[in-house]
Amino acid sequence: MANCPRLLIHLLLCGALAAASQTFAASDDLVVCTEASPEGFDIVQYTAATTADASAETLFERLLAFAPGTTQLIPGLAERWEASVDGLNYTFHLRHGVKFHSTTWFTPSRDFNADDVLWSFQRQLDPQHPWHAQSLRGFPYAEAMGMAALIERIERLDDYRVRFVLKHPEAPFLADLAMGFASIYSAEYADQLLKAGTPERLNSQPIGTGPFVFERYAKDAQVRYRGNPQYWQGAPALQRLIFAITADPNVRQQKLKADDCQIALYPRPVDIPALKADTALQVLELDSLLTAYIGINTRHPPLDDVRVRQALNLAFDRAAYLRAQYGEGGASLAVAPYPATLLGYNEQLSPWPYDPPRARRLLREAGHQDGFKLSIWTRPGGGPTNPNPGIGAQMLQADLAAIGIQADIRVFEWGELIKRAKNGEHDLVFMGWAGDNGDPDNFLTPNLSCAAAESGENQAGWCDAQFDALISQARQVQAPAQRAELYRQALAIFHEQAPWIALAHPKQFSALRREVKGFVLSPMGSNNFARVTRQ
Amino acid sequence: MNASTEVPVIDQSLLYPSPLKEFWQAFAHNKGAVAGLLFMLLVVFCALFAPWVAPYNPSEQFRDFLLTPPAWLEGGQAQFLLGTDELGRDLLSRLIHGARLSLMIGLASVLMSLIPGILLGLTAGFFPRLLGPSIMRLMDVMLALPSLLLAVAIVAILGPGLINTVIAIAIVSLPAYVRLTRAAVMGELHRDYVTASRLAGAGLLRLMFVTVLPNCMAPLIVQATLSFSSAILDAAALGFLGLGVQPPTPEWGTMLASARDYIERAWWVVSLPGLTILLSVLAINLMGDGLRDALDPKLKNAV
Amino acid sequence: MLSFIARRLGLLIPTFFGVTLLTFALIRLIPGDPVEVMMGERRVDPQMHAEAMERLGLNKPLYAQYLDYIGDLAQGDLGESLRTRTSVWSEFLTLFPATLELSLAALLFAGTLGLTAGVIAALKRGSLFDHGVMGIALTGYSMPIFWWGLLLIMFFSVNLGWTPVSGRIDLLYDIPPVTGFMLIDSLLSDEEGAFVDALQHLILPAVVLGTIPLAVIARMTRSAMLEVLREDYVRTARAKGLSPARVVFVHGLRNALIPVLTVFGLQVGALLAGAVLTETIFSWPGIGKWLIESIGARDYPVVQNGILLIACLVILVNFVVDILYGLANPRIRHQR
Repeated sequence: MANCPRLLIHLLLCGALAAASQTFAASDDLVVCTEASPEGFDIVQYTAATTADASAETLFERLLAFAPGTTQLIPGLAERWEASVDGLNYTFHLRHGVKFHSTTWFTPSRDFNADDVLWSFQRQLDPQHPWHAQSLRGFPYAEAMGMAALIERIERLDDYRVRFVLKHPEAPFLADLAMGFASIYSAEYADQLLKAGTPERLNSQPIGTGPFVFERYAKDAQVRYRGNPQYWQGAPALQRLIFAITADPNVRQQKLKADDCQIALYPRPVDIPALKADTALQVLELDSLLTAYIGINTRHPPLDDVRVRQALNLAFDRAAYLRAQYGEGGASLAVAPYPATLLGYNEQLSPWPYDPPRARRLLREAGHQDGFKLSIWTRPGGGPTNPNPGIGAQMLQADLAAIGIQADIRVFEWGELIKRAKNGEHDLVFMGWAGDNGDPDNFLTPNLSCAAAESGENQAGWCDAQFDALISQARQVQAPAQRAELYRQALAIFHEQAPWIALAHPKQFSALRREVKGFVLSPMGSNNFARVTRQ
Repeated sequence: MNASTEVPVIDQSLLYPSPLKEFWQAFAHNKGAVAGLLFMLLVVFCALFAPWVAPYNPSEQFRDFLLTPPAWLEGGQAQFLLGTDELGRDLLSRLIHGARLSLMIGLASVLMSLIPGILLGLTAGFFPRLLGPSIMRLMDVMLALPSLLLAVAIVAILGPGLINTVIAIAIVSLPAYVRLTRAAVMGELHRDYVTASRLAGAGLLRLMFVTVLPNCMAPLIVQATLSFSSAILDAAALGFLGLGVQPPTPEWGTMLASARDYIERAWWVVSLPGLTILLSVLAINLMGDGLRDALDPKLKNAV
Repeated sequence: MLSFIARRLGLLIPTFFGVTLLTFALIRLIPGDPVEVMMGERRVDPQMHAEAMERLGLNKPLYAQYLDYIGDLAQGDLGESLRTRTSVWSEFLTLFPATLELSLAALLFAGTLGLTAGVIAALKRGSLFDHGVMGIALTGYSMPIFWWGLLLIMFFSVNLGWTPVSGRIDLLYDIPPVTGFMLIDSLLSDEEGAFVDALQHLILPAVVLGTIPLAVIARMTRSAMLEVLREDYVRTARAKGLSPARVVFVHGLRNALIPVLTVFGLQVGALLAGAVLTETIFSWPGIGKWLIESIGARDYPVVQNGILLIACLVILVNFVVDILYGLANPRIRHQR
């Protein structure tokens, strides 16, 4: 009882103290407010962008790298490479003198060499490899990219030369090797772990060659790294890098303003104007490889009628949608499945206008003057392509009601949404696609081909023979001009047939304190802090 | 017997008042309870006549008036008294229509847990050998899980939505009724009137529902009021976690959840639904206090 | 007394199995499977999907899965999270201290303030203070705490800047986890000012989480106190001429504490439910958030065993309260 008043006083005192105290971060520390806990650090087991930021971008490196802020390939752990004329053999010359991280749990006895490259790929490709079965989840990225079907074998020519032999020529192969799942691990470390019977440490105490060394991770709270003093590109300016895991975008913003963190990732597009107005902050933005769309299930009548699909496109006020969803200037209106910066974009296509009377006319022509019922499917939580699923679905619902279509909204958790959409149970579904290598095919084949309609990943269930022939042909052709022409034709068919309501290509944003320099956004959506400094 | 025909002069103060009147006097004695009742009458009125009371359709989107502040603030519009939300819908209309949902959720979930709860509780009380303990163990199992987690799991199974929210809340509040009924039944079973009725040949069902149950009603009614208010809170909490009633249905908790993103720019979309929830729940709890005092003097001053 | 404890313990066993069955059934009834969720925005082809399900042992018949589960439990194996591949036990151990620290702070706040307010209100029955405290208590009891949390953050953290917005401590303090309790760890570390910083982070969440228990405890204390003050022994004590303070604290409060204790026990479940919301609002890295996310991700082992651990905790606390209650009140002990 007696300590009660004291407690009260204490509480009050703390409040006053808090007002007075201000933490000053040393200028070689950086706190980054990120969105979610990494699923783990053994990046080849995972696909989430937040996991890649916490491992592939900080701890690991690959044979090739993307030049910062671009999709252009530059040497990474391979100094140079040559491809055979038939496009089936790639020989990589590895960099000398690259050191793996030295930590309290591992001290490397040798530099990076060909064994590490072989280990990193064989583990994923070879079912007999001792580490293959260690991953309960499999290797989702490599599997999704069809790596096993592409790579015939990998040869060790000597300590510093490795040759990849492919089963068929593949234009984006080099770009694939710059992606997270192609990260290079220390074979020596892996052997030690297997001997010690602690293979799970590969995931919790990672070792790589990257700019930062792993220190500690507390789930849902923080990940701590220190700068790698032996980094072959030179030690990063940052002594300490800390990821503050902050799920709520409001809180990330508040912490950034309070200088509790110096970089806030994934700000909500609608908050951008307020962030830009704050003189202590700067906002970076970049056109990204994202497409937000609504898949129209063409297998469900009356959506099999192209006039109805066009009517849906005409009925949705996408300008208002973009304003409410992404804020002023937060996204560009989508016309095609991929943004205008990529190869073969068809400039002649003009977006479907917002024209409810014309939509009603089309419905009348199709014999649906009395309207019909539809279901709109969406997910509960926001993501980059769909920051606020709730309001999007409600806007579509209201606009469809205006042309006499009654729609009800059904919200499913992401896993269930995908499963059911794959079975084709939906009518309209809000979806997004994140391109990851900047090739048009990366947008079309997975989402709109007949094969994808078969597997269900083409939620429109749309299989157009002519369109399919055009994109298959474009996959095999090497000459960019010829490919571009094929894609232009394909896009015209897509536009006219309207299997989607293409919504937007959202921009990517990050908000930083003004004194943070050297951070660039990547079109692949990854975040790398190797070159960041604070002044 | 006295066969006199003259009307006796009755001292009014000696008359035992009618139960209803007595109840009302006890209830009215509690000023908080009366205030709560008045507020609830207002809410019920809004709920019943929402389409006529509300100035607009709660789903109508005025896309030129996104996040308009309330009328008395700078930038406010007289046509939107309490301002608009992120899709330009009139907040006042949504709150009024929300009253419907919250009352419905409260009422439905109370009924859906009260009735099975009473049945199970009676059974458990009347069959104390095998059936009773099994039922009570089952309730223990349910009580061992924190209610909100259980509700989240149930909603995850059934899918989010109005009806499923009601079901989840009803299931979660079931054990309280079962325990309460059983305890009350156990207390009554050994009373003389029950024995008398048993000896007079009353069947089991008659014993259960006609003899014993009415004498256990007081605590149940109080519990029902309490769980009415906690149902509204739970529904709002589920809505807040994105698992409750789905948009565009104007449920208060769901409104709060979607408004959370705008807390720094538009305080009213966050504050007003929350305040409405608080006031309604407070009003019901005040009424509950009054009911308890009036119905069950024994319980007076208990929590 | 021992037979009383044994009887109570006996009741726990069927409850425990009931909980395992319930959690096992619940998570499998939820539509959607973990493999799809694991793949995130990428999608899986059916063959890969089947392989992954087999790897995870999810293609076996349900009864076999349940037997596997019980078998593992018997060996103390709580399984691995499907999402993170770390053991459920170690995830629980890293997250639970945060929830416990928050809950204890909330209970401390609610207990001290609630008891004081309740006792004073009872002693000054009918006074302005009494009415005020009971009014505030009822308001607190009616509070949607997720909204309350948002309001407090807006006012104290954003507008006044008195308290931090979220988290357990400023991350520039490098506090190695020893006990998992930030207050203790910050004292153990040699970082200056870390303890005060950790305390500042704890205040708002503890107040929010403690609000409803505070209201309940204040009301309960007041009514228990009123009850006790009417009892004969209190009247006797008064008549004997004992000092009022002695009457209140020695005779009154000690007996009034018994019903309050049960409320403490009952509040544990409610506290954990409240922790889910509080942790969500304050980005507090505890088990509430963990479980909600795991349900969303269909992370079977985490949901199953995480809920099981919490249920065991609730059962245990109620068991202890039961025993204490029995100790304090012989009538209960002998009841069958």
